[in-house]
Amino acid sequence: MRIKRVAAVAMAAALTLGMAACGGDGDGESGSSAKGLVGKAQSQKKLVIGVKADQPGLGLQTGSQYEGFDIEVAKIIAKGLGVDAGNIEWKTTVSNNREPFIQQGTVDLVIATYTINDERKQKVNFAGPYFIAGQDLLVKADSPLTGPEALDGKTVCSVTGSTPAKRIQTDHPKAKLQQFDSYSKCLPLLENGKVDAVTTDDIILAGYAAQDQYAGKFKVVGKPFSSEPYGIGLKKDDKAGCEKVNEILKAAAGDGTYKAAWDSTLGKSGKAAPELDTTKLTNCGS
Amino acid sequence: MSSSVLYDHPGPRARVRNAVLSVIFGVGVVVLLWWIYRRFDEAGQWEARLWKPFAEAKTWTEFILPALWQTLIAAATGMALSLAFGIVFAVGRLSDRWWLRVPAGVVVEFFRAVPLLLMIFFILYGVPFLIQGPVPAFWAVVVGLTLYNGSVLAEAFRAGIRSIPAGQSEAAYAVGMRKSQVMQLILVPQAARAMLPVIVSQLVVLLKDTALGYIVAYPELLQRGVNDLSANYGNVVAAAIVVAAIYIAINSLITLLANWLDRRSQRRAFRVARRSAAPAAEQTVVEPQG
Amino acid sequence: MHVFADQANLDAYLSSFLWILKLTGASAFLALVLGVLLAAFRVSPVPVLRGVGATWVSLFRNTPLTLIVFFCYFGLFSTLGLSLADDLDLNNYWLGVVGLSVYTAAFVCEAVRSGINTVPAGQAEAARAIGLTFFQTLRIVVLPQAGRAVVAPLGSVLIALCKNATIVGTIGLMESSNVMKDLINSNGDAVIPIFLVFAGTFAAFLIPTGYLFGWLANRLAVKR
Repeated sequence: MRIKRVAAVAMAAALTLGMAACGGDGDGESGSSAKGLVGKAQSQKKLVIGVKADQPGLGLQTGSQYEGFDIEVAKIIAKGLGVDAGNIEWKTTVSNNREPFIQQGTVDLVIATYTINDERKQKVNFAGPYFIAGQDLLVKADSPLTGPEALDGKTVCSVTGSTPAKRIQTDHPKAKLQQFDSYSKCLPLLENGKVDAVTTDDIILAGYAAQDQYAGKFKVVGKPFSSEPYGIGLKKDDKAGCEKVNEILKAAAGDGTYKAAWDSTLGKSGKAAPELDTTKLTNCGS
Repeated sequence: MSSSVLYDHPGPRARVRNAVLSVIFGVGVVVLLWWIYRRFDEAGQWEARLWKPFAEAKTWTEFILPALWQTLIAAATGMALSLAFGIVFAVGRLSDRWWLRVPAGVVVEFFRAVPLLLMIFFILYGVPFLIQGPVPAFWAVVVGLTLYNGSVLAEAFRAGIRSIPAGQSEAAYAVGMRKSQVMQLILVPQAARAMLPVIVSQLVVLLKDTALGYIVAYPELLQRGVNDLSANYGNVVAAAIVVAAIYIAINSLITLLANWLDRRSQRRAFRVARRSAAPAAEQTVVEPQG
Repeated sequence: MHVFADQANLDAYLSSFLWILKLTGASAFLALVLGVLLAAFRVSPVPVLRGVGATWVSLFRNTPLTLIVFFCYFGLFSTLGLSLADDLDLNNYWLGVVGLSVYTAAFVCEAVRSGINTVPAGQAEAARAIGLTFFQTLRIVVLPQAGRAVVAPLGSVLIALCKNATIVGTIGLMESSNVMKDLINSNGDAVIPIFLVFAGTFAAFLIPTGYLFGWLANRLAVKR
């Protein structure tokens, strides 16, 4: 009977372990209530916001904190909805899980260098844009590369399946494309010359170029060859929430909080705050 | 068979030859390592700024240790669920009823044949469309690990149960037990005991596979320790070396445990162990997932 | 199935599995050669060789393959400057092959070593008694017999290798997992058929392979 006891103990231990772990992870599924974004912010006084974790200057997780322009914009939106910055639950998103996260209610909002486009509009609603970025190239400070037309035969690094990567493939098929799962892996390669350029939105590139360890080594070419309006993603049917977010953005453009958000993050590189063009805000799908 | 039976006890000439070979290969290995060290040096990979973050408490308390905890909790949960899955499906495949045996066989064969990377990806992005609700990254990883490792364990259990001498179940039937009783009281406990080393070494596989969680941004060791850490400090290679060392240390400990369990069960001359331990030892190496 | 009616998607699907096939083929060959060599190291009379074999196995078997492939790119190629081909995809392919091979070789080595352990001691003793050297004993007497015992475990290693080839996608090769990700992202309404096609392709190749090796192992088993 000794054997049976050993097995029984093992099974019991396995089950307890399993259940302990189940109990520990219930907090991941705080879906938004039926009343939409505004309703949830009012009743629960907290929000789950999806942001990037590995994009310096925009959304970077430094230990337990997140910092960057997207984070500051998120705080402005939350404040406008009556939620304290301390009650925001940040959730790391990567490029290809933003739509599912919104659709499934894993997050209430996505503010993660999220370009508004027609394909995405079919799945989610967009407020904003709060910033207009453009695809550009990051090259070594002494590089002669002047723009995408000079990329033939050169190696460009980007993220697997991302819009910038696809644009290079279709518009500049002679460029060699090295793809990774995150831009942070492209930078050491640019540093030691294994790739000639890194391509994505100029604002993201500027964030990397401004990091301490790369200071002075890289430059953004400065000839954007696309227009990427960054929006704030939320549920497709939440028109009221979207309109409220646009109102908050309009107010932030007027009272200087938008400029302050820029100055405390990306503005540190010396670039002046952009003008938030409130006439270009989305109509929230109507 | 110990390796020493493959060659004679070395005489004076053989000893000299072995010593010479040792020196030649030893020098070769040292030269290779030194060359790698120099090339890394030339590339500036040993620069203090890349390694300094690892001397700071924040790197450990906010990146590596929480990430390690996430890795371990995913592996532990996955292991517990895999065990249950493995036992259920092993028994299912041994059932006398075809409508249990066939589906169990299909499930086990299918999940053993599908790469974990595809599975995890599908669970995170595909399953939500089916259940109309979100799947947290944690569960995408754990369920993926469970389906794959559970299927591997199911096959190991099945082999273990079948390796138990027929006399055991015959005797049990003779004293009037039903099939389910024979399974529960006689076969599964003995098989589980004999399979303990396999189970523990499958834990190594499982722990390594949690690394795939980084593709769905599950904050485990590879995601936080390499990706996010290097986004902060720009030290991809250094971070990868540190993280690899952590994986190797933990997995080596688990392997030691598996070997110790293996030796112990053999030393006790457990009746089934002698016969099933040989396939068991092979099982420890046959399923090298990522 | 409208997703695969589009010629571009169909091509992407086919070429992704062509990469998997090529990765598996080249890595299987290299891992087998390297693994047998390492197993010979591990049972050899030279202590340094035994040490090299043992270190190799414990290093590579205990590291996630994702990290190994990563090291091949950032260590071998990016830092040490080892370029294996001029073409970008081919270079990534060969770096992936290196990673898969050194990783899988550790498992081949352990499978062969446990196969050697199934050969009765009397066989090697008899070989030594008639004056065969270590390499002759291994090559003529022990390995041929061990080979039969390792067919089944090597089959499992091969199947795992094929599945592991998807991990080379992390350094940018457009193999099956990356293509599936792409297709799912652009066809959110057809997630399940896409998964079933990709997973089904693996299953259709690998399940029969498993049975083939099981059948071979039974046929070749040394009856004792």
